[in-house]
Amino acid sequence: MSGATTAVGRVHPPSRARQFIRRLTSGDEIAHLITLTFGASILLITGLLVLELWVQSSLARHQFGWKFFATSVWDPVFGNFGALPFIYGTLVTSFLALLIAVPLGLGAAIFLAELAPRNISDALAFLIDLLAAVPSVIYGLLGIFVVVPIMRTTVGPALKSALGFLPFFQGPNYGVGFLTAGVVLAIMVIPFVISVSREVLLTVPTDQREAAMALGATRWEATWKVVVPFARAGILGSVFLAMARALGETMAVTMVIGNDPKISASLFAPGYTIASVIANEFSEATGDLYIHSLVLLGLVLFSLTFILNGMARIFIVATAQRGGAHE
Amino acid sequence: MSELLDGRMNASADQPATNSASIAAKLRMLWRKSLNLVMLSLTAACALVTVSVLGFILGYLIWHGGSSLSWNFFTKLPAPVGETGGGLANAIVGSGKLLLIASLIGIPIGLMGGVYLAEFGGRTFPFMVRYATDLLNGVPSIIIGIFAYTVVVVPMHHFSTLAGGCALGIIMIPIAVRSTEEFLRAVPRGLREAAMALGASKWRTVATVVVPAAFQGILTGLMLDVARVAGETAPLLFTAFGNRYWSPGWNQPIASLPVMIYTYAIAPYDEWHQQAWAAGLVLMGLVLLANIGARIVLSRRASFLRS
Repeated sequence: MSGATTAVGRVHPPSRARQFIRRLTSGDEIAHLITLTFGASILLITGLLVLELWVQSSLARHQFGWKFFATSVWDPVFGNFGALPFIYGTLVTSFLALLIAVPLGLGAAIFLAELAPRNISDALAFLIDLLAAVPSVIYGLLGIFVVVPIMRTTVGPALKSALGFLPFFQGPNYGVGFLTAGVVLAIMVIPFVISVSREVLLTVPTDQREAAMALGATRWEATWKVVVPFARAGILGSVFLAMARALGETMAVTMVIGNDPKISASLFAPGYTIASVIANEFSEATGDLYIHSLVLLGLVLFSLTFILNGMARIFIVATAQRGGAHE
Repeated sequence: MSELLDGRMNASADQPATNSASIAAKLRMLWRKSLNLVMLSLTAACALVTVSVLGFILGYLIWHGGSSLSWNFFTKLPAPVGETGGGLANAIVGSGKLLLIASLIGIPIGLMGGVYLAEFGGRTFPFMVRYATDLLNGVPSIIIGIFAYTVVVVPMHHFSTLAGGCALGIIMIPIAVRSTEEFLRAVPRGLREAAMALGASKWRTVATVVVPAAFQGILTGLMLDVARVAGETAPLLFTAFGNRYWSPGWNQPIASLPVMIYTYAIAPYDEWHQQAWAAGLVLMGLVLLANIGARIVLSRRASFLRS
């Protein structure tokens, strides 16, 4: 078929229209168009998602304006909505999670990238990927039945007796609250810190290590003073990525944070996060203003994760390029 | 780095140095060597702690869930509160139905989108598509739930299987796109050039040579994608909602395993907690199966490509 058309084409130089028709019948243009349509649909879905979040929160935006972020009242009965306790809870739990996950994750990533033999490193990386694949609700299940009792009977009292003079560790300890949510979140985001940091550390050129060790540095000194600083931006990127994950994490947090929209300095106190309040109240919300307020919270969450993911990408790409440029 | 050099020089050239200086250098060397050992062991401990969490999770699930897993669990409807027995058959079927709709939405878009990015496309538009995909990948799943609520539940006026499936389908898209694109790009150039040299058009090359060559990988990626959304809970809470009975058709609220785990775990009944553990074990089993299967397929493929 195509042979025949080429033969014809050789006799009469084809016009633009005919050339187009020929490409069309050969299928290239059609295939391009079909796949393009699917590609465009992804663009459309993403655009529509942002648009819906914006439109469906219009009532709350007009009613409360910027005050929405400064009010700590959440009163569905009288239609008063403020986001402050939820933003506070989201940030505190995510920050706690990073406080635990970053040192642990970075340590594990250093071990996997710098020390462990390749096959052991790959096997451990697979197990850590599995950890990332565990559904959120299963973390929540273990959170409720394993972590909460431990926090109530062991960790909480120990922290109280050791650091009880700090305002963070005062007040009644129910087992559910910011600290427990932070611990569960930490376990959930560690895999992200490890896998991205490991990738970034592996892109650091070998001559950097060799140069440091040739100057007499020990293995640890070469890693800590040369390799890690080289990959600094990428590691920071992994932290941002983990933070974005922690902010948007819903089920596990909802199951262990106590769901109480209050701002308290004590980490033992129950709190609430943006994602949890959406999960708990969205299906029961009555009245447009209530729903619009919840969607507005969703928009806030979306914006936060959008910014953090963007920053993470910039940092990670920058480090990967730096590693590539040196080779 | 200069301090390292100093330490090294002192340590190696201790002959002319005074006695106390050489002792100081030796002490310093000892300190550096022990710091090295301690810190390196600590990093190993970090890795060990992280991996052992997985062991704990599996251990608890098997310990608590294994005892309440029975034939009834897979075949019976939930029992009323206070009665023992009963199962989560409706939730298992429900999860299956939700995943079917999700696959019908997520796989075609993800697959074709991935083919577009890897094979066709010029400069600006693919960049936009790739950017949108990355953005979508970073969106918390509960936000996707809100989206599915506003575009499916609100116009239809009730929670439905369809709405839940849509939410899961959208979550599937970015990963399907990314894995498809990656596996297509891994196909050697020589294969494409050989096909083109034989006179095949571009789409023919893609459809009959490139995609089949990457097929196993693409399929594995899609399987992992399905396994991932099988555990999604948050977006289902207000799209598929939940149901204690069978949900005929596609237009009614429907139960699913992850939502059942959630509602059972936060309920105050011991029998429900047992069921939640059993459901958690089943869900985790599925996720493990998919991941280990993918690992085996991909490593076999990698060794095949190398040989």
